[in-house]
Amino acid sequence: MSRYWQETGALTHRWFRRMMRERMTLIFGLFQPMLWLLLFGNSFKNVASSQAIGTDNYIAFMTAGVVVMTVLNSGFAGGVDLIFDRETGFLDRLLASPIARSSIIVSRFLFVTVLSALQILVILGTALAMHVVPVTGLAGVAAILLVGVLLGVGLTALSLGLAFKISSHSGFFSLVGFITLPLIFVSSALVSVEHMPVWLKVIAILNPMTWTIDAVRSLILNGWLWSRLVIVVAALIVFDIGCVTLSSRVLRKAVG
Amino acid sequence: MAGSAAIEISRLVKRFGSNSAVDGLDLTVEPGEMFGLLGPNGAGKTTTFKILTTLLRPTSGTVKVFGHDVVAEADAVRQVIGYVPQERAVDRLLTAREHLELFANLYHLPAATASSRIEEALRLVNLADRINEPVGKFSGGMKKRVEIACGLLHEPSMLFLDEPTLGLDVQSRSQVWDHLRQLKQRGMTVVINSNYLDEADQLCDRLAIIDRGRLRALGSPQELKRSLGGDIVTVTLEKAVAQPQQLRQALQAINGVGEVSVDETVARLALSREAGLNAIVEQVQRAGGGLRAVHYTHPTLEEVFIHYTGHKIREEQIQ
Repeated sequence: MSRYWQETGALTHRWFRRMMRERMTLIFGLFQPMLWLLLFGNSFKNVASSQAIGTDNYIAFMTAGVVVMTVLNSGFAGGVDLIFDRETGFLDRLLASPIARSSIIVSRFLFVTVLSALQILVILGTALAMHVVPVTGLAGVAAILLVGVLLGVGLTALSLGLAFKISSHSGFFSLVGFITLPLIFVSSALVSVEHMPVWLKVIAILNPMTWTIDAVRSLILNGWLWSRLVIVVAALIVFDIGCVTLSSRVLRKAVG
Repeated sequence: MAGSAAIEISRLVKRFGSNSAVDGLDLTVEPGEMFGLLGPNGAGKTTTFKILTTLLRPTSGTVKVFGHDVVAEADAVRQVIGYVPQERAVDRLLTAREHLELFANLYHLPAATASSRIEEALRLVNLADRINEPVGKFSGGMKKRVEIACGLLHEPSMLFLDEPTLGLDVQSRSQVWDHLRQLKQRGMTVVINSNYLDEADQLCDRLAIIDRGRLRALGSPQELKRSLGGDIVTVTLEKAVAQPQQLRQALQAINGVGEVSVDETVARLALSREAGLNAIVEQVQRAGGGLRAVHYTHPTLEEVFIHYTGHKIREEQIQ
């Protein structure tokens, strides 16, 4: 077991080292969510009617959307580094060493999980600076982290599966770029579902983004709605199991 | 397993769809050898390499590395081999030291052992002064040396190098060769994959020429060249000798000389093995020919390659 942690720890450490070296990616990764709140939040706060969103604080409303969007981006990027490793042959070098095949995959999950948790804290901190205080307090922040991480795991699994399924990195980026925007806009990130046209509402309700956003949002705005929270956590666990199962065959073929 | 071969490949087949990349390969490599797999791109040598390094599974046949089956005992194989892939296979963002730290952990070295082995490996490949720079800034030769250092940390019994000098300049090339010779001297089995004939010729104890998934020829570079008929000595005379038949017989009588032809002012001798030039010169002078020039040529590995595969190793076309 200690061998497993030695190798997994070293691989995870590598991902963080890479991230710290990619200054631009790091800076934009942190600032982009802050910009969403600052620019988008401020320009929309006078447009959005309090009836439509159920609160008169649009920035508070939107914080949940930005949290989930950020997890979505980080999760979908979860497979990217392995695509590059595969293209450079570095992956073969890793696989020729006596490590458990799963340690490479697990290291990606650990990395994305820690990264998204840090990003969520930065976003909530930014929101706090704009006077958005989650009504559920610190326990609520912990619950937001849990929900965010659960979503991140499933998305990372999908991304890893795609990374090995799609033959080129440009194909991967096109596909991810193509699905990211609709997932955000057809969700409750920017407007509440109740005010969507029916056909859009149907899609939005089926979108896992919506469940997650609504759970995070009520932790920020409304307080502990336990039934909703438990359902969302359970749904996300099912989502994760589904994504991991879906990807594991591809992954086992690629690294097994 | 005592006394086992370093590599034992038996009736190896690897198919991708209906295409056989390796088509019934048998090969044995002895411990301590510097062994070369030689063949054009697509000959099956990369596939063979990937099977040896546990990255691909054979379709059929068995492959053993120091007695360990590459499928059933993959982890044991990984523990005794080092693998140095092609030049690009480094993480541009990590420093040389960070590469070594990563691989020290992947081979589960305890921290104290790791730091002394890292120092040692860096010294061996002459990188001790650049260890804290990201390898993205390194030249091709330096990247290769980082990779070799990474492959040595766990003190493997065998090192696999995939095209060790592909894309390197002349100086880096001879540096890499020196490192490899050093490793062989320490008793390591070194297996390289190459499509450079001069590299195989200068570096390897034995070569396997592989083409279209099969073994075409096997032996030391010397043996392979000799199998084409050995060296040729061409003697150019000052003037034609009076009795060419006598000279021919005299030359043929020299130990190690095979076929001889004497034609006006040129005598051509095919050697069956090394023969003394002195004796040859002596006979020519005794016959009154007078010596203008002596050419000593041997078949090149290029000719060996063409002989066994029917084509050149690389098509040098501009298309």
